[in-house]
Amino acid sequence: MTDNSQIAASAPSANPFMPEQMRIVRRSDLTSDVRFFQVRPVDMERALSLDYKPGQFMMVSLAGVGEAPFSISSTPSRPGMLEFCIRKVGRLTGELFKYKENSIIGVRGPYGNGFPLEKMIGKDILIVVGGLGVAPLRSLLLYILDNRDKFGKFYVLHGARTPAEMLFRKEFFEIKERDDLECFLTVDNDPTSQWPFNKGVVTDLFPKIKELDPGNTFATICGPPVMYKFVVAEFLKLGIPKHQILMTLERRMHCGIGKCGHCAIGSIYTCLDGPVFSYWDVLHMKDLI
Amino acid sequence: MKALKLKKEDLYAYLESLKSYGELWGPVPRGERYVYARLTNVREVALQALRTILPPKKFFVPPRFNMFRYSEDRYTEVFDDVKPRVLFGLHPCDIHGLMILDELFLERFPDPYYRKRREATAIIGLSCIPDDKCMARSTNTHAVEGGFDLAFNELGDEYLVWVGSSLGDDLVRLNLDLFNEEIDAQDLQKYLEWRRKRDSRYKLNFDLTGMPDIMELSWDSDLWQELADKCLACGACSMVCPTCNCYNIRDVSDLSLESGVRERHWDSCMNKEYALVAGGHNFREARAERLKLYYTHKLKAFITEYGKPSCVGCGRCIDTCPVNINVAEVIRALKGQEVKV
Repeated sequence: MTDNSQIAASAPSANPFMPEQMRIVRRSDLTSDVRFFQVRPVDMERALSLDYKPGQFMMVSLAGVGEAPFSISSTPSRPGMLEFCIRKVGRLTGELFKYKENSIIGVRGPYGNGFPLEKMIGKDILIVVGGLGVAPLRSLLLYILDNRDKFGKFYVLHGARTPAEMLFRKEFFEIKERDDLECFLTVDNDPTSQWPFNKGVVTDLFPKIKELDPGNTFATICGPPVMYKFVVAEFLKLGIPKHQILMTLERRMHCGIGKCGHCAIGSIYTCLDGPVFSYWDVLHMKDLI
Repeated sequence: MKALKLKKEDLYAYLESLKSYGELWGPVPRGERYVYARLTNVREVALQALRTILPPKKFFVPPRFNMFRYSEDRYTEVFDDVKPRVLFGLHPCDIHGLMILDELFLERFPDPYYRKRREATAIIGLSCIPDDKCMARSTNTHAVEGGFDLAFNELGDEYLVWVGSSLGDDLVRLNLDLFNEEIDAQDLQKYLEWRRKRDSRYKLNFDLTGMPDIMELSWDSDLWQELADKCLACGACSMVCPTCNCYNIRDVSDLSLESGVRERHWDSCMNKEYALVAGGHNFREARAERLKLYYTHKLKAFITEYGKPSCVGCGRCIDTCPVNINVAEVIRALKGQEVKV
């Protein structure tokens, strides 16, 4: 039997490695292997006070399986619920997919630097996502929509391999209808021939970008590795400064708090100093991507 | 800092009295080498020991220990082996190693597993005369001005005992009668002579200024591949390094599968799976990349961050690497000198 006096049921513990108990409130399949999870701390007060920044991540903990880092897909502007967009790809995610609504999982965080919102306020924003790259950038996207008046012009380019594989498809269809941003969707292939929008790779969408003030723009990208080279080239072509091109990186992590060493890159830790880096950081630190 | 004197003939009596604080540990012979072991018999202490196989990090970040016990979805912290201990016989380089670990484990997001062990442990330093594998003078870790509770410095037939902390003062008081508080000019002369003798014995001397720049400019050097061709990726260099701190976390279930422990165990950036993520992408697949990371951390990254290398010059990698890749050889190679590797 466990000694209840020593268990942090929901309050954040003095031990930074202690997982908080959170409940899976809802889960739904986004694609055949990507699932959307809504979780919240068992303690409602904690749930409502839990704050984070777009671009931060949490360590999800399953007793008997282990821990792994996941980007937060929800926005702090909609408190009470944490959302994750998770692909079944390894041992922990394989187990996590067996967890049903109302199950309790361990979660600790938030960790990482997140997007530099204070610098991005007032600027034009360009978000480019591909595939699972939507997971961290959806947080920023929703945050900007919820604080729309604080930002300048807003472009979103979203690419997927096929319509069926486009994550948050319905949500993006709705976002696309809004008149306070320009959102363009594309798929590489359309086996259904029903896709009403662009066909081709995400860089094909760049000519649709009009009226950006490049020096005054923050561009963000997240997607499969192959995307970066081409998309960053487009950003540079637009004239966006290297330090205003932001990307969020993946690394192996066992702690999230700069101790286990695995995410070290030069003199920085991805978990503390990242996972959001600028293109200048990437050039400067060499083995970042 | 307060300094006292203790007659060498009284050392065993004093070590005996330290046991009232907690378990007494110190270097003892193990085969042809030395290890830190529990000193049930204080006369077993190997005062001549220069470097133990494992550095004292094993007391603060044990090679494997339990962080939590879990039962279903509830976690209970575990601090099983945290108990008062006295570590006797740490040389200055190893004390510097602990101070580097302190920066890592006690600053941002303090690690309670490290902190509790550190707080429960008294550190007693012991001076040493270097051998041909010591390079602590190059890393400026050959002397200590802090990081210990007591530090014994050889002074002929006596020890000069520096009291470095309030706990150190308590430890002296465990057997105050053995100590002499009178330090005279002759003692000072002896101490200065001893320091000169120590400093003159270093055979490995490197100028490490500019090391970050040298490493930056050697980023694409063939050197890394040449070293990687020989490296066995065994990770022994990490195990014996006083400042290597990488670890993995693993859950180990009991047979019921309902409860178990979350344990932490040493890892090394030399291991192939070090940067492997779910889905199969390995950020450091090439051995050369992993070797470069190891030496970047020792000779570049830490200097950039803290103004000093995270090598303390203890010589353990020199003693340990089966194919002779070690910090001295890598520095030589980076500086364009002929190497034995």
